[in-house]
Amino acid sequence: MAFTTAKSAYLKGLADGSPFILVIIPFSLLFGLVAVEAGLSVFETLAFSVVVIAGAAQFTALQLMQENAPTVVILASALAVNLRMAMYSASLTPYIGSAKLWQRALMAYVTVDQSYIVSIAKFEKEPQMTVPQRVAYFFGAVTPVVPLWYAFTLVGALLGAQVPDSWALDFAIPITFLAMIAPMFRTLAHVVAALVAVVVALLAAGVPYSLGLIIAGIAGMMAGARTELWLTQREGAKP
Amino acid sequence: MIDTTTLWIIIIGLGLGSFFLRFVFTGLVGDRAMPDWLLRHLRYTAVAVLPALVAPQVLWPSATGGDPDPARMSAAVVTLTVGLLTKNVLAAMLAGAATLYGMLYLLA
Repeated sequence: MAFTTAKSAYLKGLADGSPFILVIIPFSLLFGLVAVEAGLSVFETLAFSVVVIAGAAQFTALQLMQENAPTVVILASALAVNLRMAMYSASLTPYIGSAKLWQRALMAYVTVDQSYIVSIAKFEKEPQMTVPQRVAYFFGAVTPVVPLWYAFTLVGALLGAQVPDSWALDFAIPITFLAMIAPMFRTLAHVVAALVAVVVALLAAGVPYSLGLIIAGIAGMMAGARTELWLTQREGAKP
Repeated sequence: MIDTTTLWIIIIGLGLGSFFLRFVFTGLVGDRAMPDWLLRHLRYTAVAVLPALVAPQVLWPSATGGDPDPARMSAAVVTLTVGLLTKNVLAAMLAGAATLYGMLYLLA
């Protein structure tokens, strides 16, 4: 589908981002509940979500605070969990690098797994999109995610009771990510990248400060890039 | 109890650090050209990082203390399969959630 205006790109982003509402609500509720349970005030809990806006890193920090880990260790660990955001930033740069600085800054603030993955899939599939359309699409995709992240952190903090383990909310994120990854296996190189990343992630699960994730991510990216080169060369060698 | 000063140092430090990580390339590189080899690697960011993030949570979920859990594992397989077959994120998520709760109910 070709876009005619930035507005239609925004609306398409909004539609493509809306399935995440189902995941963001339970996940942010859970953060609110767990934070208040850990002794944070309602205001502190909400501030945490608004300032940091990174679910997995927030949970990591909260857990380490409860274990009385040194402040430097808490910051390093939680930022390591968020290191993938630097990879996302690099991967978005060819598509939105020429957008206005304030737009890039605002997009950086709302770069989360959901907005990144929906947008990058779209940008790759439709390279003819203009930069303003890409920016509009990105903000569309993030609109159903970020306000709900704040709102339901607050609701969770106000409810302030513990969620029963039987709700299995821990698995909301893995399910979303798997659902988002599946349509991205477009070439053999994508499949190889994912398989290598998974194997390395499992082998490196014991590496401290969540750095196993980064090692696995880089290994997967290298495997994907090598496969792509190999496929192109083989294609070129054909008569 | 968590010390208030420590908490605010962490909130603000994590906020600044996370923003920097998200802005480092889009902000500092901007529209300068990046080398081909780097772009070739960046094409596989999402498809490498997300499976790496999910794989340990599927095999060793923290909710079960790290023990493999048939309900979570089947939910993962169903989500991925439905996603591959339909290319529909919402359908895959719903199928995965239904499998998770169905299996948890049956295994309880």
